[in-house]
Amino acid sequence: MTLLTKRDALLGCALLALLALVYTRFPAFVSAKSLLGVFNDTSILIILALGQMAVILTRCIDLSMAANLALVGMCTAMVNAAFPGVPVPLLVVMAIIIGSLLGSINGLLVWKLDIPPIVVTLGTLTIFRGLIFLLSNGQWVNAHEMSAEYKALPRFDLIGLPVLSWAAIVIVAFMVVLLNRTAMGRAFYAVGGNPSAAIYTGIDVGRTRFNAFALSGAVSGLAGYLWVSRYAVAYVDIASGFELDVIAACVIGGISIAGGMGSVAGAVMGALFLGVIKNALPVVNISPFWQQAISGAAIIIAVVFNARSERRVGRIILKQAEST
Amino acid sequence: MSKQHPQKQDAILSLDAIIKDFPGVRALSEVSLQLYPGSVTALIGENGAGKSTVVKILTGIYQPDGGQIVIDGTPTRLATPHRAAQLGITAIHQETVLFDDLSVAENIFIGHAPKTRWGLVDWSAMNANAQSLLDRIGAPISPKARLRDLGIANKHLVAIARALSIDARVVIMDEPTAALSHKEIQELYLLVEQLKADGKAILFISHKFDEIFQIADYFTVFRDGQPAGEGLISDTNSSALVEMMVGRSVDGVFPPRANELGETIMRVEGYSHPTEFDDISFSLKRGEILGFYGLVGAGRSECMHALFGITRPSAGTMVINNKTVVPTSPADAIAHGLVYVPEDRGGQGAITALPIVDNIALASLTSTSNKGFVKMAKEYALAREYTQRLELKAAALDQNVSELSGGNQQKVVIAKWLATRPAVIILDEPTKGIDIGSKAAVHAFMRELAAQGLAVIMVSSEIPEIIGMSDRIIVMREGRRVAQVSGEVVTPEILVKAAAGIDEANAA
Repeated sequence: MTLLTKRDALLGCALLALLALVYTRFPAFVSAKSLLGVFNDTSILIILALGQMAVILTRCIDLSMAANLALVGMCTAMVNAAFPGVPVPLLVVMAIIIGSLLGSINGLLVWKLDIPPIVVTLGTLTIFRGLIFLLSNGQWVNAHEMSAEYKALPRFDLIGLPVLSWAAIVIVAFMVVLLNRTAMGRAFYAVGGNPSAAIYTGIDVGRTRFNAFALSGAVSGLAGYLWVSRYAVAYVDIASGFELDVIAACVIGGISIAGGMGSVAGAVMGALFLGVIKNALPVVNISPFWQQAISGAAIIIAVVFNARSERRVGRIILKQAEST
Repeated sequence: MSKQHPQKQDAILSLDAIIKDFPGVRALSEVSLQLYPGSVTALIGENGAGKSTVVKILTGIYQPDGGQIVIDGTPTRLATPHRAAQLGITAIHQETVLFDDLSVAENIFIGHAPKTRWGLVDWSAMNANAQSLLDRIGAPISPKARLRDLGIANKHLVAIARALSIDARVVIMDEPTAALSHKEIQELYLLVEQLKADGKAILFISHKFDEIFQIADYFTVFRDGQPAGEGLISDTNSSALVEMMVGRSVDGVFPPRANELGETIMRVEGYSHPTEFDDISFSLKRGEILGFYGLVGAGRSECMHALFGITRPSAGTMVINNKTVVPTSPADAIAHGLVYVPEDRGGQGAITALPIVDNIALASLTSTSNKGFVKMAKEYALAREYTQRLELKAAALDQNVSELSGGNQQKVVIAKWLATRPAVIILDEPTKGIDIGSKAAVHAFMRELAAQGLAVIMVSSEIPEIIGMSDRIIVMREGRRVAQVSGEVVTPEILVKAAAGIDEANAA
């Protein structure tokens, strides 16, 4: 399996062209330091996009990622506020476990009850947000209630990069191996590409989708800790609507909504594309209101690019036509 | 290749008195089948005889309701498709079921990919193994090619390589040649010989007698889900097989034919398409039911699509209602009084999530609307008129189509088209997949439509239906019109022989 497809190369060019455009207006944006800052700022989006990608590959969708993130983020913040002694790495592990349990609920409903994923995750999205309210009584957990270690980890500098960036890099590497080199990862592609053929091949379609949802839940949980510790605040509505950015990153990245097609490189570049737009527009003096319109246009252009020619190929029935 | 009479204990796999019930239908009634190592067994039967049900039982998709599956002398349960694959049973389907977006190598090895020491998929070993399998069957395909970019014949080769890779002992080929060219079919035969030489047991499902006589050793015939004969291919001939396939009376259950036909309403001359059909001509009178018979893939539906303007013919003319037209779109065809009721009701016909009234009015929106606004009263009046005419059984007109039975769904689709007041209606497999009671109702109103002066073209693969309903029958094979038979003199043998290309029947 080649790591970079033609589509990915095209997207890379688009990303470079975008940077070149910004450079003509504000050269300083395209410096190593500034670009690393953009990467760091986009890390959470990258992590979530990779989880969403696994789900989309299996012909499903997970609308509950941002709500999962907010719920897990609130959990870690409340535990930290109540028991400052609990070591932060343990909180991170806890975040991943809770996140994957929440994702497993989606997976079980899709697998065992055969409910369409968009309905299941729309439901759990609302339930998760409601749970945050119940847990927190609608209260905020503010910066002064969190321990210093809790807030410091994502910013901690490790060989020149903050841990937040490293988290994204580790997840990218993990997903490259998982999707390309494990039976589970290849099953994601098979199930989305042709579910009925997957059954004949002996792949359990429902279980594979469950795995994808558990995975997207786990990365949502991780992102939950990262988000809350980075912005040093937890409340009901954090990351509200962020699931749409995540799906947008996947679509721009060439992950086929119909399932079975997409690469890690594509999803990462899709997320970076949105990250550059978000970070660059303010510095080149474009109103932030344009940002959404530009992101939206990018999604539609990406979909047009990705649309395969659906032209119906006629069957060859006549013998005289077979030589061609 | 002369074979001895088989001994049952030599079979790798046998089905004993298998029963499979679906709601309201017994699909298989105590059928048996033996597969022997190094031999090809042909499974023969009309559409609906139960062949694909057997394939699904063998591949673990369906569980039988009675009887047993015996593998190597041991009764075995094929609980899941995975279990069937583990026991070395693999199927190559007519429309290859593989993964278009994955590479050739991965299609061969998915589910049992070679692993590295760390349990990761070993791509280089996988590509190398795939290459050697492809070399072994002489397939000129790169393991790294994407499956989507291959032709159907090469996709079959990939499926065969997969069968070899899992060390399959039983290979099921479900109409593997249906979409292949003549040359590709010859290459497939060579491969079948190779599989035989490797000691695989092969189940070969085909409608084409020349193929069966060329490569099969044994045959088993099903008819309506029941065993209808088995034996050595060398002991039989095509007439005897046709007899076993269709041996039953088909009269009595169909409404009587109309006595007289009206004037000619439609005339098609030399309709042709570069790859799908060639030189199709026929004429049609008011009140007539014209049957189109042929094997699946003979080009009948493709020809109807061109008549209806979905695809464009490369040559030919059509005269309908004294006007010469070549429809450029379905809307154009409808405007000229020709409508087409497609085979796949769910996919191309009814919008099942909408109420009956909306479905019926859908094709007539221009006549039920005023200045762009739909008049609901007109819609209901239209729907009421046609549901009464077709005796549609429904609680109310605003009931969703999804709640109706198959036969009533079909009536809704037909009502929609009748509401456009056509002169000619094309019904593609009008009773496929609906229960017997609804079939009779569909047949009765087809006859009534004809009696009201409509001209009907019916595409059907079911012999009793085509013989019982048609005033005249055109048989197509490989995209050409090969026979035309009057409904009064037609017999099942004439149709089957013409459609399968058995020579003596081509006189018509």
